[in-house]
Amino acid sequence: MSRIKSIDSFNTFQTLLKPREDVRIKLFMCAGTSCLSSEADIMIQMFQKLCDEHELSHQCAIIKTGCFGFCGQGPILRIEPGDYHYVQVKVEDVDEIFNEHILNKRIVKRLLYRNPHSDEISIDASSMDFYQKQHRIALKNCGHIDPEIIDEYIANGGYTALSKALSEMTPFEVITCINESGLRGRGGGGFSTGVKWEVAYLEETNEKFIICNADEGDPGAFMDRAICEGDPHSIIEGMIIAAYATKATRGFIYIRAEYALATHRLQIAIEQARAYGLLGTNILGTLMSFDISIKIGAGAFVCGEETALIRSIEGGRGEPKNKPPYPSVSGYHRKPTVVNNVETLANVPNIIVKGSAWFRDIGTSTSPGTKVFALAGHVRNIGLVEVPMGTTFREIVYDIGGGHPKDRKIKAIQIGGPSGGVITEKYFDTPIDYESLKAIGAMMGSGGMIVMDEDSDMVEVAKFYLDFTQDESCGQCTPCRIGTKRMLEILERLTSMQGSIEDLESLRSLGEIIKWSSLCGLGQTAPNPVLSTLTHFREEYEAYAYRTKKKAYSIDPAKCIGCTKCARSCPVTCIEGKVKQLHVIDESLCIACGACFSACPVNAIIRP
Amino acid sequence: MNIQDVLDTSSLDSNKLLELDSFIDQCENPKHEQLIHVLHKAQHLFGYLPPNLQRHIALKLNCSSAQVNGVVTFYSFFNENKMGEFTISVCMGTACFVKGSDKVLDLVYKETGAEKDVMSEDGVFSVKDVRCIGACGLAPVLSVNEKVFGHVEAKNVKSIVDIYRKNHVKN
Repeated sequence: MSRIKSIDSFNTFQTLLKPREDVRIKLFMCAGTSCLSSEADIMIQMFQKLCDEHELSHQCAIIKTGCFGFCGQGPILRIEPGDYHYVQVKVEDVDEIFNEHILNKRIVKRLLYRNPHSDEISIDASSMDFYQKQHRIALKNCGHIDPEIIDEYIANGGYTALSKALSEMTPFEVITCINESGLRGRGGGGFSTGVKWEVAYLEETNEKFIICNADEGDPGAFMDRAICEGDPHSIIEGMIIAAYATKATRGFIYIRAEYALATHRLQIAIEQARAYGLLGTNILGTLMSFDISIKIGAGAFVCGEETALIRSIEGGRGEPKNKPPYPSVSGYHRKPTVVNNVETLANVPNIIVKGSAWFRDIGTSTSPGTKVFALAGHVRNIGLVEVPMGTTFREIVYDIGGGHPKDRKIKAIQIGGPSGGVITEKYFDTPIDYESLKAIGAMMGSGGMIVMDEDSDMVEVAKFYLDFTQDESCGQCTPCRIGTKRMLEILERLTSMQGSIEDLESLRSLGEIIKWSSLCGLGQTAPNPVLSTLTHFREEYEAYAYRTKKKAYSIDPAKCIGCTKCARSCPVTCIEGKVKQLHVIDESLCIACGACFSACPVNAIIRP
Repeated sequence: MNIQDVLDTSSLDSNKLLELDSFIDQCENPKHEQLIHVLHKAQHLFGYLPPNLQRHIALKLNCSSAQVNGVVTFYSFFNENKMGEFTISVCMGTACFVKGSDKVLDLVYKETGAEKDVMSEDGVFSVKDVRCIGACGLAPVLSVNEKVFGHVEAKNVKSIVDIYRKNHVKN
């Protein structure tokens, strides 16, 4: 690896670059966190060993790649030529795939994806419902390149945007391009990226900074991690372009301590970019100098807020401060600092290469482009979904997500994590963008989308989120520190059947006060999950307030055959009964885990 | 807490302290900005961050013990208490929560005998409820040290705990 000394030599290098040219067969194995915990790493080694044994290593490459997005079907193995997708691959399938597909060129049918509705088999991604409505920009390289090899990124069009910006555009033209594209922050707030850059550009000072916010703390969201793991160079390229536009000289990637693999991949990417002269002094032989270091967080949700994040980078407690001044004016070391989210930065190179008009054509007029959502909960196709803005909830959950795994009714969709709210069926046809979500009492957030079926207790869900924000409150301002605590106490009182109907009004008014009097985004949005469930599912709160809520499972005496299966499956042994006699659940001990419900062969268990 | 215990660093492994000191010496300036970075290293070396270690770090970085303690207690990643041989982390992300991870957590506490922030009496287990670990496709998820267990049901908890308890007895 040697330094590339000019933009021209980069362009020549890129044209001539053909990584793995002599390789005939490419096996792409997902090596994201989720698939690695399903032994994807062992399978990669097994394939490598088989290739070596058959002396095929020179023409058959096993490539560790980033997340394919379809985590519910993981680990996925994709084979080129063609676009064969083998799903839910296990260690014991490796020999068969190798012998059949690679040696005998026969498809292993049983491992192909089978559509649960039509029972049709899909060979490639384009025929899977899950991928059909997606439009991948931020995730375009995930699953297609080896994230640990910079040449693969460059051969796939990587760093073209940087080369274009440096050779053909002035910093202000870059900002104008981003401004005209209408790109908005994908971390939740939706603030214009171009405006942030412009404000920093206009500040006249000797030092400016670019920070990539990879502190993805929203429970249930994992898109930023997938980009860091699957396409780290897209973030680095986005940061270098931001630095060029704003004349920043130093950058940080602030990432959660929990994201070990993502950190590792980013570190490798930074070192490779440095070796090529894409980072450091005189980037590609120009006058521009910029370098990036990684800063690891230590587990504080509030550090996703930009001013708290900056304090954390400075080595202190992650306590937010009042805005203005905004970080673009006074941030790290009180110098102009642009803080952009991972997904936002991953969009930047695409916009520079293809132009702002191309980007504006995707999505809605106020929210152009795409958004990645992490689809999880009671839905068949769990995974990462990138769709144009303006796609409806119904399209995401039913067309892409495949609906409920057991085709039961979906009661609500939670969006925006602890800062967001629930969407009920009435709004499933709402086109998703920043404005429409705000209008129905939710917010985009970072893109967690949790599907909930009729079994979900909305009061418990609200309590779960509030417990989270209350615990994560930094404690600086009173409304957030004490207000969320009081709200949580009321919810605990309600769920333990000690509450009253007056509590509902206290929750609402307290929530409103916390929203408008808190210092930062955490407190200003913390009451949202409670307020939105209180609006849409008031009857569930009332059931607790009037103490009529039933929480335990019970057994239908007419149906019970006394098979003892429920009693044996109960983790707290609260089911009594002898063989062939009626079984009874001690409702005071029942933890409502549902184990008996799944165990019963005759549907005699009644849900609460 | 006795003040003498905070001042006395003789209970800390001297080789590990030397390693920590040279790590701090290599850190970029200004040193106090590297506090979180240094604490990660210290916890990696010692397993946890007792008060005397915190004071040692404060002296090395030229900041106050209060500042160090303020940071240690602010971030959930840092432990002031000794941890068990195995740390069971139950994911409390939303995807896991809607699939019953709160019940899994209760059972993990019950089966291990550990309590929140207190390891089990035999020193085998510490239990933590952790933020989303990003394996939502496998919900509900728990991890024991580095090993991730997916689709954990209430009935599997005992067998998982037993595997590690047996491992401990063997060692």
